[in-house]
Amino acid sequence: MPAEEFHEWLRREGRIVVVGASLAGLRAAETLRARGFAGSLTMIGDEPYPPYDRPPLSKAVLLGQAAPDRTDLPRRRAIDATWRLGVAATGLDLAGKRVRLADGEEVPYDRLLIATGVRARPWPKEEEAQLDGVFVLRTRDDAVRLHRRLKAAPRRVFVIGAGFTGSEIASACRQQGIAVTVAERADAPLVGALGGVVGAVAADLHRDNGVDLRTGVTVTGLEGDSVGRVRAAHLSDGSVVETDVVVVALGAVRNTDWLAGSGLGAGPRGVACDAGCRAFDFRGIVTDDVFVAGDVARSPHPLFGYQFLSLEHWGNAVAQAEVAAHNMISASSDRRPHMWVPAFWSSQFGVNIKSIGVPSMGTEIMITQGSLAERRFVGVYGHQGRVIAAVSFDNTRWLEFYQRLIESGSPFPVEFPTVDRRPEGRRPVPADFPDPSLPTHGPTVTLSGYSPADRRLVFTPSRPSPAPSAPHRPTDPRNPS
Amino acid sequence: MRLVVDLNRCQGYAQCAFLAPEVFTMHGEESLVYAPWADDEHREKVARAVAACPVQAITADGLDDLDDTPERPAQPGRGA
Repeated sequence: MPAEEFHEWLRREGRIVVVGASLAGLRAAETLRARGFAGSLTMIGDEPYPPYDRPPLSKAVLLGQAAPDRTDLPRRRAIDATWRLGVAATGLDLAGKRVRLADGEEVPYDRLLIATGVRARPWPKEEEAQLDGVFVLRTRDDAVRLHRRLKAAPRRVFVIGAGFTGSEIASACRQQGIAVTVAERADAPLVGALGGVVGAVAADLHRDNGVDLRTGVTVTGLEGDSVGRVRAAHLSDGSVVETDVVVVALGAVRNTDWLAGSGLGAGPRGVACDAGCRAFDFRGIVTDDVFVAGDVARSPHPLFGYQFLSLEHWGNAVAQAEVAAHNMISASSDRRPHMWVPAFWSSQFGVNIKSIGVPSMGTEIMITQGSLAERRFVGVYGHQGRVIAAVSFDNTRWLEFYQRLIESGSPFPVEFPTVDRRPEGRRPVPADFPDPSLPTHGPTVTLSGYSPADRRLVFTPSRPSPAPSAPHRPTDPRNPS
Repeated sequence: MRLVVDLNRCQGYAQCAFLAPEVFTMHGEESLVYAPWADDEHREKVARAVAACPVQAITADGLDDLDDTPERPAQPGRGA
């Protein structure tokens, strides 16, 4: 069948299966219908709930401004789908074009979208993770459990990991007057995502808001009492913190286990796909009927040296889902690349933190507006003489300007005279990111794979090892020693 | 009604927080915290907030012509 005829048939009566019924899956389904897909649509999700939004779970929900089971996503349009909720996909038959489900059923497809996202990285010691009072925060069920415990006036909450989620949890606890200790292996919070210069500001934020912040330490063990409730956390510096709630915030693991042995290029880093969201098989050959979108995808981005980016970003899930859906039912000449500029937000301790671009690619940072001391500033990250990213603390309206600098490859250090310039902004300083070859759980962006310009594979273990923490060395992230 | 705010787009103009304070509140100078579920009694106020947002960052159920879905999809295994 000629390609044009095939796509006409596909749009009219094809079968599309979406695995993953969260933000990316829903927005893809809506886009398919909006683009005129009239065939059958099946939505498969391992959680028993219709698509719901996750960012409020660590913000409005923990602050008591929203119920944990009331974050369902609004719909842009009817999608007329068959929903298979509460049933996980367990396997994929690429040749036979079928998805295997946990209940034994097989669902055939003409086009498949993989949007299975990530799950919270569990505490690595299983027995300790089972203790009553030890939580993670990713799903609605996680949020219901944690919310219930926080309402019961715990004596102290102990948060492991000071990335964005850990910091937001600490912020919500403090706002409700709950004592909080945060343990972070790096020298400051948010270091993996934003570097040490900005991390130092985040550390001040924690401490000024009454968080007992312990940096440069790892948690060596969680101790339970005789009836299996968590009682204390032991740290690598020998100290012991008594606590009755522990939240493990060590980042996320990509949901690719179900694809093991399928022949797709899927692993701990996600499912590799091209800029048009088509999945690669393990030989590095692109498929034409399997597409990927959202947190589980990793795709090359021309603005960032064609490196394969994995972005655990809300906005990326939406944008990539829309591109994937469009491409799934379009002939090759009508397809579009996914060229979304990474953007991220976090709200903690009353401060609005946003970033654009890929900060962790930056080797230097320059404060171009405001000041670190006032915690209201814009920092610009430079990479090989050009602007690669920007971060703002309570300065969001300027980010669009910096996005244009990133998109046009503007020179770094920036040359424009700024309107709000302070002494600390006059020169770039090292951005102070951790060596990417050391295991870490912090970054929301992972640079990986090989780029045409710099053919190198950097192995980063997918789990944090309990090795004693080393202080960060301000090395060039592209040249790990 | 279900609602979501694209916080990448949100620039903290706080129009929504003035128009529907039961649903949208500002934390600090420009952080928006919102309830993803609003009771029907606030529908009018939310509609006004959606319309007033200078950057059109708010999506809510049943406020535009495209949407014709029920509040929740049907049970697993059946068509929605």
